Amino acid sequence: MNQWKNFTKGLIRENPILVLILGTCPTLATTSSAINGVSMGLATTFVLVGSNVVISLIANMIPSKVRIPAYIVVIASFVTIIDLAMQAYVPAIYETLGLFIPLIVVNCIVLGRAEAFASKNTVVSSLFDGLGMGLGFALALGILGAIREILGAGQIFGIELMNQGALVFVLAPGAFIALGYLIALVNKIKK
Amino acid sequence: MAKKDSFVNMVVTLFVITAIPAVLLGFVYKFTKEPIEQAKKIKLSNSINLVVPGASTAEINQFSVMPETGKDSLTFYEVVSENKIIGTAVQTYSDNAFGGRITVMVGFKPDGTIIDNDVLEHSETPGLGDKASKSKSDWNSQFKDKNPKEFNINLKKDGGEVDAITAATISSRAYIDALQRAYDAFIKYYNSSDIEESKVIEEIDEQIEQKTELETNDTEKGGVE
Repeated sequence: MNQWKNFTKGLIRENPILVLILGTCPTLATTSSAINGVSMGLATTFVLVGSNVVISLIANMIPSKVRIPAYIVVIASFVTIIDLAMQAYVPAIYETLGLFIPLIVVNCIVLGRAEAFASKNTVVSSLFDGLGMGLGFALALGILGAIREILGAGQIFGIELMNQGALVFVLAPGAFIALGYLIALVNKIKK
Repeated sequence: MAKKDSFVNMVVTLFVITAIPAVLLGFVYKFTKEPIEQAKKIKLSNSINLVVPGASTAEINQFSVMPETGKDSLTFYEVVSENKIIGTAVQTYSDNAFGGRITVMVGFKPDGTIIDNDVLEHSETPGLGDKASKSKSDWNSQFKDKNPKEFNINLKKDGGEVDAITAATISSRAYIDALQRAYDAFIKYYNSSDIEESKVIEEIDEQIEQKTELETNDTEKGGVE
């Protein structure tokens, strides 16, 4: 029951993007289409789960003064793994996301969960926390990407819906506008 | 509880925590090295085959040529089938694009006619400049089967014969700049080794035309607007 809570809190109640407003840089940059958003979210989920598990395992062995560099090394290792794996097996997605994958290292969600949750909780709890947070991140990125793709390009997952969209939504200002309204909507529903 | 913050503890911890991932990443790198190279090779050979049909079954000579303008050398992929050059794919670039550098692959027949062309890498605006790429629009097909010697590949507003991408003049100019660089280098390189008997070339032209026809039929079936 408790694990279920750890898992679901990241999806909506403590969604990293829509409620905690963490990691907005990759959110704004990679959500020009739904598929990009989801892929970025899933890559981050992998890193988050891996780093959460490893950090909860080793947290007790690390002197607290050097814990941040130690956590970053763990996170960076997982990012490098996913970076190489994507280059090797999904080169098409890597081409569009390639620039942002290495930046997962400095995504505040990953370090934030390591510091705030994984270093103080058990391995299993941390696993579910990472999974929930990661999927919540992917969900938010997917929704944002879908909104921007529909409004901006008139298509979703490459399927044409409208003839022509409002281009501004594909560009950077559209990312801010869409994210702002999405957060406002979530806040409204939560109240 | 966490270990004490003694100097030795910190040094040992950091050493161990960097040494283990280093070894692990070494293995991951070793495992993914081959697939990554494979993926790059496939991408390159696909793009060569697109701009010079028939390249996949032919022999390819690769060499670099320094263009008169620009910082970096261009890569030529000379496609040789049965001891005849059936076309040359040139990997060219322009630094004048909206998002920095744009890399273009263009195929020339031995007489300089453009067989086909496409973007390899770009950082243009999605929805605007990225229409230069074949996957987004058929804009670049207006260069198909045109010889820059007779066909002015500049934009109409620059006195040429090419329509710009709507709202992406800078990207269009950069693309043309890349093509021009490739064409100039191509002509300069092959002028020294003069083009062989015209009869041979005619034969090759026919072959290529047949192949391009086949290809266009295929894409039509694929449901391109």
